[in-house]
Amino acid sequence: MTNITLKISEIEKYLGKLNENLKNKIISTGIEIEDLNEREIILGITPNRPDLLSFQGFLRHLLYYLEKRKVRSYYAKENKDYSVIVEKSVKGVRPYTVCAVAKNIKFDDEKIKEIIDIQEKLHLTIGRNRKKLAIGIYPMEKIKFPIKFLAKNPKEITFRPLEFNKEIDGLKILREHPTGREYAHLLEGKNVFPIFEDADKKILSMPPIINSHETGKITNETKDVFIECSGFDLFYLNKVLNIICCALLDMGAEVYKVKIIDKKTFYTPDFSEEKIEFTIDQINKTIGLNLKEREIEKLLLKMGIKIEKGRKSFFALVPPYRTDILNWSDISEEVAIAYGYENLIPEIPSISIIAEEDENYKKKRKIGDILSGLGFLECSSLHLNTKEEIKRMHYQFKDFIEIENSKTEYNSLRIDLLTNLLKIFSENSDSQYPQKIFELGPVFSLDEKEEAGIKEKNNLAIAICDDETNFTEIKKVLDYLFKMLGKKYEIEETENTNFINGRVGEIFVDGKKIGFIGEISPRVLKNWKINFPVAALEIELFF
Amino acid sequence: MDKKEIIEKLSPIERKIFPFVEKDIEEICEKTKLDKTSVLRAFSLLKNKNIIELIEKEKKVINLGLNGVLYLRKGLPERNLLNELINKKEIILKEINIKELNENEIKVSLGVLKKKALVEINGEKIILKASEEELNKKTLEEKFLEELPLDLNSLTPEQKFAFENLKNRKNIIEIKNVKEISAKLTEFGKKISLDDLREELIEKVTTKMIKTSSWKGKKFRAYDIKSPVPRIFGGKRHFVNQAIDYAKKIWIEMGFKEMTGNIITTSFWNFDSLFTPQDHPARDTQDTFFISNVKGKILDERLKNEVKKSHEGRIGQGKGWQCVWEEENAKKVCIRTHTTCISAQILKKISEKKEFPAKYFAVGKCFRNETVDWSHGFEFNQTEGIVVDENANFRQLFGYLKTFFEKMGHKKLRFRPHYFPYTEPSVEIDSWNEERSCWVEVGGAGMFRPEVTIPFFGKHIPVLAWGPGFDRIIMKHYEIKDLREMYKNDLTKLREIKFFLE
Repeated sequence: MTNITLKISEIEKYLGKLNENLKNKIISTGIEIEDLNEREIILGITPNRPDLLSFQGFLRHLLYYLEKRKVRSYYAKENKDYSVIVEKSVKGVRPYTVCAVAKNIKFDDEKIKEIIDIQEKLHLTIGRNRKKLAIGIYPMEKIKFPIKFLAKNPKEITFRPLEFNKEIDGLKILREHPTGREYAHLLEGKNVFPIFEDADKKILSMPPIINSHETGKITNETKDVFIECSGFDLFYLNKVLNIICCALLDMGAEVYKVKIIDKKTFYTPDFSEEKIEFTIDQINKTIGLNLKEREIEKLLLKMGIKIEKGRKSFFALVPPYRTDILNWSDISEEVAIAYGYENLIPEIPSISIIAEEDENYKKKRKIGDILSGLGFLECSSLHLNTKEEIKRMHYQFKDFIEIENSKTEYNSLRIDLLTNLLKIFSENSDSQYPQKIFELGPVFSLDEKEEAGIKEKNNLAIAICDDETNFTEIKKVLDYLFKMLGKKYEIEETENTNFINGRVGEIFVDGKKIGFIGEISPRVLKNWKINFPVAALEIELFF
Repeated sequence: MDKKEIIEKLSPIERKIFPFVEKDIEEICEKTKLDKTSVLRAFSLLKNKNIIELIEKEKKVINLGLNGVLYLRKGLPERNLLNELINKKEIILKEINIKELNENEIKVSLGVLKKKALVEINGEKIILKASEEELNKKTLEEKFLEELPLDLNSLTPEQKFAFENLKNRKNIIEIKNVKEISAKLTEFGKKISLDDLREELIEKVTTKMIKTSSWKGKKFRAYDIKSPVPRIFGGKRHFVNQAIDYAKKIWIEMGFKEMTGNIITTSFWNFDSLFTPQDHPARDTQDTFFISNVKGKILDERLKNEVKKSHEGRIGQGKGWQCVWEEENAKKVCIRTHTTCISAQILKKISEKKEFPAKYFAVGKCFRNETVDWSHGFEFNQTEGIVVDENANFRQLFGYLKTFFEKMGHKKLRFRPHYFPYTEPSVEIDSWNEERSCWVEVGGAGMFRPEVTIPFFGKHIPVLAWGPGFDRIIMKHYEIKDLREMYKNDLTKLREIKFFLE
């Protein structure tokens, strides 16, 4: 979700009073209202709609939806002089560019801000923070066609970056310029850096980092601009260029095509409307409606989409600024949104299927019932442990599976439930004793046989903390539990550093070791600052 | 209530203390052999019956301080110094070396002894001046310490003298405010005579009594059945699990089978099979917990190839993500970020056995790499569901969700468009929060895209799918305002929290 902030006065100029009705309409189109004050409204735009990240985009969307504007087509004019040569040298570092020229824009401060805003929002979202693509806009009066897109050794690239006081080379830009530092990771380690250069060999910019101060700064005097979009993915480059150009056309500008001389030669922006095939049946079956052809046509127009009739099916003409329409399923959502989710009547179909609870969960529920009958409280703790918690037990860090880059101190998958139960005692010394608790849940260990390389065992841990408790108390619980489940177990003496020697056993079922039972070692209790004895057991759910 | 009725209700402890009720508590304890707590309890019972009234007096009591306790055992510093002098008759100040005393205590002791004229200081020399008699006699301070605790307001002149001398010395004595409770019979209480209490009332039903019928013709002591009782707590399931049980019941009533799956999974199941592009921001360690020292596998070669085709835009009508799909990226192991990966796994089973129509649900933990605050934790439960059916449609999705949320106590719902990479059409469900009078997001849902279904089924089969966060849905029921409380395991709260009564 990306937020954009719009002036309410601007919205009301075109759409009328921003009352409850209009607000609900905005929400019905799939835009979220995140916040609202007297002057401004903050809208949440989903990542599939980068075309809505500007006032122009929002306005177009709403005018169509409210049927206040006829759906328009977009055209670019031609001018032979505008061409961009893409040199082979860029192929290893930033392989593609698409470009456009826009004329007769009255750039006041508002508009400059709007253009910069669109650019930034597109960088951040669809551009994956300039990694996938970046956009540059330049005043036409400062540059001369044809323009070259090429890559050079960064030491040979020297120009004055935007809002900087002197000329520096490509490497220094990454180290000294604030924007350079922010995006340095995108070019670091490359042998050559990409640049745009005009016919007079003036550098326009070093994408995706920074424009030149001399040739890449838009002012109030600017009327005509050259727009380039560079990156790795021609499909999205074209779409992003279209989003900007369509917004400029909506603002009243004229847009001209630029000849891109790459391996093949082509012209951009390409406003041709892609045709997506769909059938009336597909739409109706998906949404659960019974709409006629005419109705669907009308609904799609509300979404800015025209349709054409084919022989057996229909074609939706996808506007050039839409990036998210991949096939008929997207068209069905467009129809559903135009119809209004609030108008869809919920329905429960009659399909007869025999319901079932998972066997394992059923067992867990039974064990939970048995133990709560004995007065035990079920706990539910986190699946991750901290290093500090692990240290308090007699465990080795190497037995734990660590997680990358955790934002909290919880960074290891738990290997038992006992650690968490002791933590609970440690944090509840002010609560009434005896404390009798249990937990059911998975614990984790490495196992190459598993698809994800990690085995999950379902465990049960039970613990009692009280000044009167001892081995017998916990063994009584084990005994009762097994009787109730109709199972038999055996206990063998063992050693375990978390327990007191001579008061710890391994539990076996049918010759298979399933867990431990015993009194917790005073050393471990002290580590946890627990002041009373603890008797505990932990077993794998074996049946 | 009349006197007789009240007398019948007197409990054994009330009866025991009644004859001494106006005496000091200590005395009552001694006479009745009850401990202080029981006497106080009897006081409050008698007060409730309007037999006595309680008088609270505050007393200032002098007691031993930390050093006082020590000195009482080892002797006051001045006594230790005197003993040293008895042996040596005179000492050079700098040479004093007594194990028990520190420099400060020596200084104080000298001052005290000099004031009492028991020693004389001549330059560096300290000379013993006390007579044999004076040496053997306990000082007033020593006597005073032995007599503590004492009431500040009733000291004898000797005690007062000792008190004045000791009160400014470090931690020898301390004064505490002590509340003292005593009882006085009320007018009504005075009417009760000891004879009234003579009548033998049966306190406890015994085995013998039942066998021999010895109770016949006698009276049972009547209880004050309105008086409060000590609290007890039972064992119980964790409140989140109680709610999960209920949610499961709702799904099962609607004919859904339960599906389960591992928490640790490959990116293939968590992302790729759900048409989430490999460069999607959610696939960054910023958002998802990855486990880098483990390598996952993709076991189903056919499905792997189909998913690859889907991402690269080579199936059906799809254009895919216009990128090269990398197997290595899909093998990365992560902790599941949604239970939808279980749905993906069950789709494989359903498609292989051609077992549809099918309806499955799951409730399970999911994980996101988040910092923790009142509205976010890195662990949360999700309730997942899918319906696989040639005739499934978007309105039915609304139907299932509406039914579920209404049964969970969310009556006023709003469905609005939203976006998920793997569903189209998609929907977000909001629930009206009466208290804050605003809409609150409770979950996302949609119909799987053909890019998701075709790799499994070979053609598009409609699949309804949803995965609302579960913890947020039940916050309302338990009146929990902070998500961190869910898994905090505060035993007092766990004991007190109400049952999930739906």
